[in-house]
Amino acid sequence: MTIQSTTNPEIHSKPSAPFDLGFRVSQTWKKIREFLELIWASPTAMIGLAIVLIWVFLAIFAPLLTKYSPLEQDYKFINKPPTADHILGTDHLGRDVFSRLLFGARTILLLGPVSVFVALLIGIMLGLPAGYYNGWIDETIMRILDAFMAFPTILLYMIIISALGPSPLNVVIAISIGGTPGIARLVRALTMDIRTREYVKAAKLRGDSDFVIMVREILPNCRGPLIVDFLMRVGYAAFYIGTLGFLGLGLPPPTPDWGGMVQEGHTRMTANIWPVLSATLAIVSLVIGLNLFADGLREESMRYQ
Amino acid sequence: MSQETVLKLENLAISYKTRKRVIDAVRDVSFTIQRGENLGLVGESGCGKSTVAYSIVNFLGPNGFVRNGNIIFKGEPLQNRPERELRRLRGADISMVYQEPMSALNPTMRIQDQMAESLIAHRGISKKEAYGEVLEALKRVYMPDAEGTMTRYPHQLSGGQQQRVLIAMALLNNPSLLIMDEPTTALDVTVEAAVLDLIAELQEQFQTATLYISHNMGVVARVSHKVAVMYAGEIVELSDAKTIFHRPLHPYTMGLMKCLPDVDAPKGTRKLHPITGRVPAPDQLPNGCIFSPRCEFAQTGCFETHPILREIENGHQVRCLRADEWLGEKRIWSGEDIGEPCVERAGESTQQLLSLDKIKVYYPIPFKTVRGFFGLEKREYVRAVDGISLQIKKGRTLGVVGESGCGKSSVARAIVGLEAIYSGKMDFLGLDISKPLNKRNIATIRQMQMVFQDPNSVLNPSYCVGDQIAFTLKRFRTVARDQIQTEVERLLCAVKLDESYYYRMPRQLSGGEKQRIGIARAIASNPALLICDEPVSALDVSVQAAILNLLLEIQTSQDTTMILISHDLSTVRFFSDDVAVMYLGKIMEIGDCESIYQPPYHPYTAALLAAVPRPNPDLQATHVRLYGRVPSAVHPPSGCRFHTRCPFKIGEICETEEPMLRNLGGNHYIACHLSDDEMNHIIP
Repeated sequence: MTIQSTTNPEIHSKPSAPFDLGFRVSQTWKKIREFLELIWASPTAMIGLAIVLIWVFLAIFAPLLTKYSPLEQDYKFINKPPTADHILGTDHLGRDVFSRLLFGARTILLLGPVSVFVALLIGIMLGLPAGYYNGWIDETIMRILDAFMAFPTILLYMIIISALGPSPLNVVIAISIGGTPGIARLVRALTMDIRTREYVKAAKLRGDSDFVIMVREILPNCRGPLIVDFLMRVGYAAFYIGTLGFLGLGLPPPTPDWGGMVQEGHTRMTANIWPVLSATLAIVSLVIGLNLFADGLREESMRYQ
Repeated sequence: MSQETVLKLENLAISYKTRKRVIDAVRDVSFTIQRGENLGLVGESGCGKSTVAYSIVNFLGPNGFVRNGNIIFKGEPLQNRPERELRRLRGADISMVYQEPMSALNPTMRIQDQMAESLIAHRGISKKEAYGEVLEALKRVYMPDAEGTMTRYPHQLSGGQQQRVLIAMALLNNPSLLIMDEPTTALDVTVEAAVLDLIAELQEQFQTATLYISHNMGVVARVSHKVAVMYAGEIVELSDAKTIFHRPLHPYTMGLMKCLPDVDAPKGTRKLHPITGRVPAPDQLPNGCIFSPRCEFAQTGCFETHPILREIENGHQVRCLRADEWLGEKRIWSGEDIGEPCVERAGESTQQLLSLDKIKVYYPIPFKTVRGFFGLEKREYVRAVDGISLQIKKGRTLGVVGESGCGKSSVARAIVGLEAIYSGKMDFLGLDISKPLNKRNIATIRQMQMVFQDPNSVLNPSYCVGDQIAFTLKRFRTVARDQIQTEVERLLCAVKLDESYYYRMPRQLSGGEKQRIGIARAIASNPALLICDEPVSALDVSVQAAILNLLLEIQTSQDTTMILISHDLSTVRFFSDDVAVMYLGKIMEIGDCESIYQPPYHPYTAALLAAVPRPNPDLQATHVRLYGRVPSAVHPPSGCRFHTRCPFKIGEICETEEPMLRNLGGNHYIACHLSDDEMNHIIP
């Protein structure tokens, strides 16, 4: 799948002189514009992107949007419902829920993409040769990855975290390891398809090395499905970071963490539902946003195939 | 022929809604089909032929609709009828045969069940009765082993047999109207010829009105009584077949015929006339005559006035302002004046460039059992190429022909090293090239390049075309680093594009343009040997001509040695000095081009020649026909491999003894047990 232009490809709007560097820059711009047009064309992707961007905005400007620090405890205000001062109330230690939510968004929006990105890199490194060479290289790589996939995901995370101890780095490691097999499978499947294309044969006929063929000829053409997959996985990563937090395997307290907020709040839900409710809704909305964005992007780019 | 109008289209206009606007795909199409008549609808791809067909059965999809005009079937309009009523008509009174037989049949159902379905649904007869009729129908289309076919699944049949099943299925309820959408395009020429025979025969027998869609003038000439030529959503010429082929009046029709290579014309006697440009997108139609930008006879008036379809002589309608001129004194068309002779080749050297000695290309079959996995069973192979020897002299062009599955592409891939050979020796300019690509040195690799078949996968969609040519230049260091851009520019001009193409992305190019870039990339390293694997078979006819002319020009101007792999004997004759005819991994006949196309013939060559569709409705159907499919290359037939399908089989000797290639004068060799005299009398 390639991200296709919605404009008519027949129009060659640029008869300007070739070989000028500015042209390449303008081509890049054109690509970005086409990508934005693609998102604009799909209401699903637009809504998803809007939700995600709201969270990104809140996370970036968190210190400006709230006057409380997420760790600041106020024993006079414990388990209070929303007021003008604390718009989402306070938790059992008197910390501002809204502040914890915003700073929690920072961690999740940092750890999610980073861990999926690491998984993507490893997945590409394993999937490309597996799909390109086939034979025993493929068998070896894929059977090892199958072994990883045989574990229930959450169990795998729990094993890794309990072995390494809870910390942001270890959460990244766990989620990267958990995500690698799926990405490697996807890259392998795409590679097996693309490797039969005639431009790959042409590259072989100019004596290009296997590495060059994999990286220059095959990998760029996997980007469409990989972008969509990446977005989906960031959504799931947010989901799993929340789960790990809830199980007490996420970020060590008192770091603001959505999963942790649910975990700490759920025993006191009858007294004060706000910490649990806001953290849950935050996870849900972020995951839905990312999924909608990915889905819309996929649908729109498939439509003109 | 009775004069009963089955289908009448009146000023039909069809549009598609897209996100941005409504696009008029078909405009002002009118024609009638009588009972027993076959109307051929021809034109390049993107001209709206299939859209017309789909509008009749209301298969336009969610965004297509009939904007204007009437579709009248047996005197009653078809539009605005409820879906239920249409469903009753489809399959019973109107049937359709599609292009891809494999995807038109349900792979999970036995032939008898999917055929009986339409009988049971439309006539409500019992399953047993239905099976009886299905068997009858299969026999009517000369299905070999009709009883056995009943219980088979689609994947167990060959492409030609599948198409026969579809035709039988379409005729089951004895429909009044049969729509055939490129029914033979996906088939091999030999199979195509047999299917066309069948269509013509059933036509006579059942008197079904048929709408036959094709891009191939030769095919239409075989089956159609009337021909409508469509261009960019309009009918530009409509007449009976004989008139169209002998006296076309629209420049587009003439163009479609002038661009075909002629199987009866030796190399160097004709130059093809491509139609320049391409079919405009339906939302970017030019003013005036829609064909005017591509028309070589366009005058000022043509660019302003949109001509109407008018009757110029009895029953001959043309949409051209200057049609009267063509009809009168200024004849611009005659059968002989198809093209002008191209320049004679420069003197040939006698230096041997490439020699293959008994090469074999075997593909191992994966083991299906555990025993096999541990090496306890004998490995089986697909013998794609089974011992081929040939030599190519410098500056000559060798054409390799045969049906699909005969191993011609495997030979090509083995020579360039994409495929490892199982045994044999290959020698290129005195170097041993029996090793696969990754063991050859870069200087050898550079000397052999390839032009590929599929324009859609020939270029990497991620890079602009200039960069892709530059990759080759950088890799082989053909020119200095700072000269690369100039060199790419030169190559683009050499393939008749211009430098503005440097930064275009592949998806912005048409099929023909992509193929040109592919050729530019292949000649960038200045190879001694250029292998073209079906370079034009995926392109429209009008574009094919331009690509063939280009390749011929490269051949003459640079004295490049070429190997042309093709299933099309006209292309090969247009292009080649020598020809090798392959069947099931063996060479059946080899020699210089003229000796191949004249008697004595190998029976297989004769069958291939007889199968070529010629754009001349006066030619009678010929008799050498092949049936069945190419046997499996895992266990090829004993003796002569062609004996299972050979129409001239002598007897036991063909089954037991493998014929050797024997010389019939000059460098003409044939592998057949027939005597010289017998082979001299085969008429294709």
